[in-house]
Amino acid sequence: MAERSPRAHRLMALLARLGSVALLVACWWLASRTTDPRTLPSPEAVAAFVVREAASGDLLRNIGITLWRVAASFCLAMATGAVLGIALGRSRTADRLLDTPLLVLLNTPALIITVLAYIWLGLTETAAILAVALNKMPNVAVILREGARGLDPGLEEMAEAFRYDRRTWIRHVLLPQLEPFAVAAARSGVSLAWKIVLVVELLGRPNGVGYAISYYFQLFDVAALIGYSLVFSAVMLAVDALLLQPLDAHARRWR
Amino acid sequence: MPAAGDKSTAAGAEDSALLTLTVRRKVYRPAGSEPVEAVRDLAVSVRTAETLCLIGPSGAGKTTTLRILLGLDRDFEGTLTARPALRIGMVFQEPRLLPWRTVEENVRLSLPRPERGQSLDALFDELGLSPWRGRYPRALSLGMARRVALARALALAPGLLVLDEPFVSLDDAAASSLRAAVFGSAASRGAAVLMVTHNVPEALAVADRLLLLSGRPASLVAEVPIRTKRAERGRDWAEAMRRDLAARYPETVAEG
Repeated sequence: MAERSPRAHRLMALLARLGSVALLVACWWLASRTTDPRTLPSPEAVAAFVVREAASGDLLRNIGITLWRVAASFCLAMATGAVLGIALGRSRTADRLLDTPLLVLLNTPALIITVLAYIWLGLTETAAILAVALNKMPNVAVILREGARGLDPGLEEMAEAFRYDRRTWIRHVLLPQLEPFAVAAARSGVSLAWKIVLVVELLGRPNGVGYAISYYFQLFDVAALIGYSLVFSAVMLAVDALLLQPLDAHARRWR
Repeated sequence: MPAAGDKSTAAGAEDSALLTLTVRRKVYRPAGSEPVEAVRDLAVSVRTAETLCLIGPSGAGKTTTLRILLGLDRDFEGTLTARPALRIGMVFQEPRLLPWRTVEENVRLSLPRPERGQSLDALFDELGLSPWRGRYPRALSLGMARRVALARALALAPGLLVLDEPFVSLDDAAASSLRAAVFGSAASRGAAVLMVTHNVPEALAVADRLLLLSGRPASLVAEVPIRTKRAERGRDWAEAMRRDLAARYPETVAEG
C-alpha cells in the first residue's frame, strides 16, 4: 500500500487535469448553444475543421514549418543570450557597457523588431528567424546574467586551489550552477518564441500557423482560428512535457 | 608520485623545508574605503612530514595567510617558495563539494586530467567512504562530507595537507573519528600537515610545532616546538601547557 501511493497520487493528478479539461469543453459546448455559431462555433465544428485541415495536409505543413521556425530562433536566442548573459554576469565592464542597449532591446515591442527586420533583410526566412531570436535573446541574457552573478565564491576558491583547468571548471562548476537558470529561460522562452513567431509569420511569410490564422481571419472563420490555436498549443504542451520537463528534472536530480 | 620523491631527498637533509612563506605586508584595498592591513611580518616554514598548527584569534587574517600560501593570492609583499612539484591538498572549513557531482566524481575531479582514471578503491576503503561513492553530497552528514573533502585532498598524493578549522561544528565522536582519519592518513603517506585552528587543546594533541599569531594585522607572536611524544600527552600535560601559553601569550591563547 505504502509503495503504491506515489503512483496512485500521480493517477489522481492526471484525473484532476483531465477533469478540468472536460469541464472547460463542457462550458464551451454550453456557451456555443446559446450564441451565433459564426462567433463561437461548437467543439464538434472545430474538431471537424481540424480533421478536414489535417486530411488536406495543410495542418501538418503549417505546424511543421512554424515548429521549425520556433526551434531555429529558440536555439539562436538561447545560444547568443547565454553567452551574452554569462559575459555580463562575470565582467563589470561588459555589464556597464551593454546594460543600456540590452534594456532598450528588452523594451522594444516585438512588432517593431519584426517590421525593421523585414525592411532591412527583405521578406525572407532569415529575417523572420532573426526577428524572433532578437525578441527572445535579451530575456535569456537577463536571466543568465543573474545566474552568472550568483556563482558560489567558495566553490570558485576550491576550483582554484585544486587547479581545475578551464574545461573542467566550465563543465563541472560553471554550467551546473547556470543550469537552473538556463532551464527557466528555456521554458519561458519556448512559449514566448511561438507567440512571436505567429506575428512574424502573419506579417511576412507565405506559410505557417501565423499565415493560416491571418488567412482564416480574412474569411472570418472562427472554427479555423480556434482549431489552429488549440492544435498548436497542444504541440507546445507536448514539447514542454516531453522535452523541457525531463530536462528540468535532470537539472534538479542532485537536490 | 612527488610525495615519495620528496621523502627520500628530505631524509637527513639540513634544510627540509617543503614550503617557506614570508609575508612582510598584505594590504587589502577595497574600492571606495580605507585600506586594511591583514598581515604583517609573518614567516611560515613547513618541514617534511611535520604537523604544524597555526593558532590565532578569529578574524585575524588566518584565511588570508592560507590563500597566499596556496598561491591563490599573489598580491602581497614578500616571498613564497615551495619545493618543485610540491602538491598541496586543501581541506576547507566548509566541505565545498560540488553538490551536483557524486562523492566519487568530486574526488576524481581534483586530480590532474591524466590521473583521473586511477583506482580510488584503497582510498575510499581507508576513509570508510566506499558505500557513499555513488551518492550526492546532500545525502551526507557534515562529518562525512568533511571526510570526502579529505579524500579529495589525499587523492592528489599531497606532500602537504592544509586544513582550515577541520573539526569545528562536529560532535565529539565525529570530530575524534575525523581526527584519526586525518592524522592516520597523513602519517602513512609521510605528508606534512598544516592546520589552522583556534582550538588550543586540539592543536596541543597533534602538533609538532605551534605558530601563534596576533590579532589583525596578523603577525608572528611565537613559535613553540612541542617535543613531548604524542602518546605521552595526557590531560594534565595539555592543561599545564595551555595555562603556560595563556600566561605568556594572552592575546593569542585565551585563559580557560
